Parts: sequence; structure tokens; C-alpha cells
Amino acid sequence: MSNPKQIQLSHGGGGEETNSLIHDLFYHHFSNDILLAAEDAAVLEVQNKIAFTTDSFTVSPIFFNGGDIGKLAIAGTVNDLAMMGAKPLYLSASFMIEEGFSFDDLETIVRSMAEELKVSGARIVCGDTKVVPKGAVDQIFINTSGIGDIQKEGISANNLEEGHTIIVSGDVGRHGAAILMEREGLGISGDLRSDCATLWPAVQALADADISISALRDATRGGLSAVLNEWAEQSSVCLEVQEASVPVDEAVQGICELFGFEAFDFANEGTCILAVPSKDAQLALEVLQKIEVTNKAAIIGKVSMKKEGKVILHSAYGSSRYLDLPKGELLPRIC
Amino acid sequence: MSGLQLKDLYSGFRDPDVIRALAQKITDEAKNLKEPLNIMEVCGGHTHTIMKYGLKQLLPKSIDFIHGPGCPVCIIPKERIDHAIALAQMENTILLTLGDMIRVPGSSSSLAVERANGCDIRALYSPLDAIKIALENPDKKVVFFAIGFETTTPMTAALLEQVEKQGITNLYFHINHVLVPPAVDAIMADGKAKINAFIGPAHVSVISGAKIYEPLPKLYGAPVVVSGFEPIDVLESILMIVRQKNDDRCEMEIQYSRSVTLEGNTKAQAMIEKFMEPREHFRWRGIGDIPRSALGLRDPYAKYDAEKLFADILPTEPIDDHKLCICGTILKGLAKPNDCKVFGTACTPNTPMGSCMVSSEGACNAYYRYGEI
Amino acid sequence: MCLSIPSKVVEIDDNNMATVDTMGIKRHVSLDLMADEINIGDYILIHVGFAMNKIDEEEALQSLEVYREMLEAMEEEERRQVIESDDNCDNRTNA
Repeated sequence: MSNPKQIQLSHGGGGEETNSLIHDLFYHHFSNDILLAAEDAAVLEVQNKIAFTTDSFTVSPIFFNGGDIGKLAIAGTVNDLAMMGAKPLYLSASFMIEEGFSFDDLETIVRSMAEELKVSGARIVCGDTKVVPKGAVDQIFINTSGIGDIQKEGISANNLEEGHTIIVSGDVGRHGAAILMEREGLGISGDLRSDCATLWPAVQALADADISISALRDATRGGLSAVLNEWAEQSSVCLEVQEASVPVDEAVQGICELFGFEAFDFANEGTCILAVPSKDAQLALEVLQKIEVTNKAAIIGKVSMKKEGKVILHSAYGSSRYLDLPKGELLPRIC
Repeated sequence: MSGLQLKDLYSGFRDPDVIRALAQKITDEAKNLKEPLNIMEVCGGHTHTIMKYGLKQLLPKSIDFIHGPGCPVCIIPKERIDHAIALAQMENTILLTLGDMIRVPGSSSSLAVERANGCDIRALYSPLDAIKIALENPDKKVVFFAIGFETTTPMTAALLEQVEKQGITNLYFHINHVLVPPAVDAIMADGKAKINAFIGPAHVSVISGAKIYEPLPKLYGAPVVVSGFEPIDVLESILMIVRQKNDDRCEMEIQYSRSVTLEGNTKAQAMIEKFMEPREHFRWRGIGDIPRSALGLRDPYAKYDAEKLFADILPTEPIDDHKLCICGTILKGLAKPNDCKVFGTACTPNTPMGSCMVSSEGACNAYYRYGEI
Repeated sequence: MCLSIPSKVVEIDDNNMATVDTMGIKRHVSLDLMADEINIGDYILIHVGFAMNKIDEEEALQSLEVYREMLEAMEEEERRQVIESDDNCDNRTNA
């Protein structure tokens, strides 16, 4: 049976069209034993403590330079698990699709998801599809929940201590900048690619090298600033960052200059920050730099007790200032 | 021959070694100053540079900064923000403005809140975007709430020129453009301000030319150095001020020579002149009425003037700030943000009580975000 | 005041617009406020979607040269001071 051009309300109705959609599209691309068992719920087996997370994805535009909503839906949830030291195992995927959505676009998104799953080896084992009338959602929303097998325990935002080193796994701000660039009305174009990527291989490599990770977090909304401030507050410590050592892509810098933003506030979707005991810092860096997704990793600072709860940014010429939590929605400074 | 690369225009004026070197020179030469230097940087962008790059930490204690009123969002009085809200609430109306205006609270609401309540309010990155919106919505009234100092005023004029050329009939203007020199005069007027030198605005000067500051040194006995925005620009300007003081000179100098001339952009000036003229009165938040300090549309363009056309829905009562707000005193250099009783407590960037906290270039806002370490 | 940044002109478009590049990010700006002729390769300041002025490259290069010379002079001075304090070092036994 040939594919429909558009998703119709009947595709979410539970009848024949729904069945076809599920089999021909979702089962076809996400194929695995558990999913194909097609029961009311997936039956799973896990060895250790598990990590469980969920995330909904409403990114606009749904296709952007460096990825799409599907890739994001997988990488985002898989990364949340990885940040707890958990090997991503099983995901659910729920789709809320606007009536009239292009079938080809849906297939592209599903293919993206299948591709991205391969990086961590996680599998989609259950899902749901709803089709809603025009205007009830903006094209497509996806929710993914994930279960991971914790392999490295004890990672927590409460663990930071004086003497820890802070490492960032790559250049910051690319996802936020890439999305901003595609936003209509800005009238800008450029080669900026989102950093959307699965971080599990990097975490696995760190675990294999037996590096003790105190804290690990991916720098999503709010960027580097948000993570550092959250850590400073939760652990009641001071984070001192050398401004010149934080890698920032030139094009991201360009957008920041154009609109008066700070790269440290922009979202990332494939970049994380870690805190490790200083004696492990060099080794951690070497391990990360050998993995493609984290090959620009850099040491950016340390944990101290200088001013509890605050993040201090040191310039390359002898002055310092606080790095604050970003506030409100992104608006360009004009004056 | 041009060996100049684009990145030189950025990194060349932020080089850490040059910053250190300039700071060192200033510290050495400032030892000869006969009295402390209280420099007003008029422009909010300079306040931002000083705070963001922590320049005060590099300078001797004999040099202090007094933050000027050069933040066009900060100085708009509450009643005029209420104008924007009233216009946005009109039926079949789209309200357009630039960036920071969306967040600024008026007497009881803000454009951001009204947008969440369903009003069609949009932030533009360029005034020219208003044309597209007006053409796409022929059945709606599109009102452009124009703000900015001399830098941004010509762009509003260019927009109006396009509106005339293209015969657009549903785009209206609410003009809140203000001028730098009258503001400086108002601050210095009562003679109490401690300011003895000025760092002149960078991009206002690109448009208006440095000529607008020529009267200042003689009037106030204070040197004026027109400075660029990068940290090296600001430091070099401070060095030039220190040298003037030590040489007993009191002049207007241009540090930002790569972009500022005495004459300025005469085409832009002519365009402003064509469509706008100074208003007799305009209230500045935190300062009060400053005569001939703001612009309004000339009579031939009254048909575009939202303030005239929709006057019946626009509030007229001036609304003062809370009595604990000392922004006016801060602007004169007689107090610092930390001296204010409500700074950082009741008055924060998210809940601003006065003009200095409102936008990212207000002094209190900069102190709050980049804080003294 | 008024965020305004240096960009390089990479294309002159119709309707008196230009495409400018800021570190790899391109945007369209209006040339309606420019009296001088603008050419590809010029550096201009842009503000809220308009070209505001042409940057004087000579002046920019001169400024950068001044800073370079200042650094060299200071390094020279530091070197001189190090040598001087070394020459005057009491602990040195002269050959």
C-alpha cells in the first residue's frame, strides 16, 4: 500500500489507518523484539538501579541545520540518562501530530530517530500516536521517556567540592544560536550547525577509564551559565571560570555580537559539563578529546569557596565578574 | 593597502595585553592628578562595557565612574509605557517596538504581560520589518513605538520615508526619540553634580558628529573624549582624559577615530530633520522635564502620528516613581546603586522600580548583574 | 550606546540593500542612510538593520599600530629594567 501524502485524523483514530501507520512507519524503522511484540506495555528486564527520565520536544523550526525534532527527541532523553551515568536502554516515543502534516516529513523525522538510537544502542520499546485537528499542535510534538542502567553511581549536583576541576565537553552555545538563526524575522544566514548529539559514548569512555565523576550535566536551556549557577547553589560552592578557556565557535560569537547575547546563555544539545577531582582532570580531558562528539573538550575552571553560591568569570587581563543566571526570553539589546 | 581583517576590528580592540598595558599607563599617569576624576560615561553601552569587562578593577581609586542617562528604554516615563500598552490594546492593532521595551513595566502592566493576554505585540530587529507587517495586515492598524537616542532616530526616519514612498496607509508612529546634549545639560544644571570629565557616546556621535559636544568643555570645565565601545577604546579614552587633566587642557577629543568624525552622517541628519523636530517638553524618568530634549513628528506628517490620532485613549497624567527610588540622584553621580535602600531587594531586573534597573544598560541593572566582587 | 557592530560588505543587492558578514553570520541591511558609495569589501557599522557608516580602515590600522608600539615599548622597558637590576645585583661576582 503506498504511503499517504499527509497525516489525517483517521491515522490517530485507532482503526485500520492507525495500524498501517504504526506498522509501516514506526515498527519498520524502530524494529526490535520488544516493540514488535505489540503488547499493551513493554516487558523489560534490568540488572542494576535504573535511571528514568522524560522530555517533550516542541522545537521550532522542526528541521534545522545539524538536526531535526526527531534527532533531538532521542539525543535529549538519552543524554539525560547518560548524565546520571546510566547506559540508555529503553525509550518510549509519543507523537502528537497536527492534521495535514506531511508524511514524508514524518518519515524523515522517524528515520532521524532510528539513526540517533544507534549511537547509544537504546531501543524504542513502546509508543503512542495522536493526530489532532489543525492548530491544536504546531506541526508535531514528540515526548520521549527513557530508562537507563546506572553504571556509574554517585553523580550529583550536590557533590562539588573545593579542589574539583570543571571541564566542558565542547564549544558552547551552538544549538541555541543555530535555532535563533533559523527564526524568521531575524534575516540572518550562516553555516552554524546545532551541536545536537548523543553523549553516551563519552560518558562510557570516562567510566571505562575509571574516572571519578562528581557532577555531570548537559547544558541545555540556559546554557553553561545555568548549569554552573545550579551547581554553585546546590553544592554551596563557588565556581571560578577562566573566560578565555571556554571554547566558543566564531559564528556563535558572530550572532552574540549581532544581537547582544552571551554565548554562555545559549542552549546546547550535545555538550556537557563535568566536575572531577583535580588529579583526574588531565586524564578526563584526554579521554574526552579522543571521542568525536567531545573532541573540543577543555578545562575551564575550578571549584573554590571564594563566594558560595556564585559563579565568577575571570578575564584574561586581570578583572573578574559574576556570571549570572540568564533571565527572561532572549531579546536583542538595541541600546 | 588594506591589511585590516574583520576580526581585527573586534579582537584588536579587546587584546588582553593591550588592556593590561593601558591600565598600567593610566595608573602611572593618574598619580599626577590634582583631584579625583569623576567620569560620566553618558551612554548605557559604555556602562555595559565597563561592568562586563570589569574595567574599574583595573583602575586606580582616584578614578570613578558616574553612570549617565544614556539608556533610551530606562528614561521613558511610566505614563508613556502606558501609552504603548493602550495602543496595543486597541482593536485590530499590532504594536511594534524594539527589543528591551517589551519587558519594561508601566504603572500596572507591561507589553510582555499584555502579549501573554492576547495583544498582538512584536519585537522588531529592524524598523524596516514594520513595512512587511503593515503590508501583510492591511485591515489592521500597525503602530511603531519608536525609541532610541540619535543613533536609532534616523532609522525611524528612513522607515517613514519608505512608508511615504510606498504609499502605506496603515502604519503609525509613536515617537520617543531623545537627545543626548540636553540630558547632559539637565544633569549639570544645578551645579551639584560631581562630574569633571565625560566619555562621549560612540554611536550617537557617528550619526550626529562629535560637533554636538564642542560646547561642553567650556560650559562645564570638563574634558569630553568620544569613545568606542570596546574595552581598549574606553581605556584609551580614560588615558586621554587623564592626560588632559595633567596638561591643564579641557577639550573635546575623538578617540573613536575609525568611526566618528566632527560632522557625522549628514544624510542621516538630514533625514531626521525632514520628518522630526524638537518638542518643547519631554519628561525623562528619574530626571523630570527637560526642554527640547526629545523629538516629535513635524506637522506635515501628523497623519502618521499615533500620539495625535489616538490621543483620546492615551493617558495624560505623569506617573512618578516610588519615593524610595533614587535614580535621579544616581544619574547625577551623587549616589551609587548600592546606596539605594531598595537596590537588589524590592528593586531587581525582574521587578524594576526605577529607570536605572529597567534595561541591561541601566546602572543599577549593570551593578546587579555584574556586581562588585 | 545602541548596539552597533562592524561587519564586512559581501554583496550589494537590489533596492539599496547589502549583504554583510559578521564572523560567518550574514544579514541584509539597508543602505538608505549612506551617502558615500559602498563597495564589496568595505567595513561598515550596522545598527537595527541599517548601515550607519563606513569604518575608516586607515584610522583603524593606525590605532592598532599605536597599541602594538605601546606594547613593544613596554616590553622594551621591562627588559631594560630586568637587565638593570641584574647588573646592579649585589650578589653577582664579576669575572
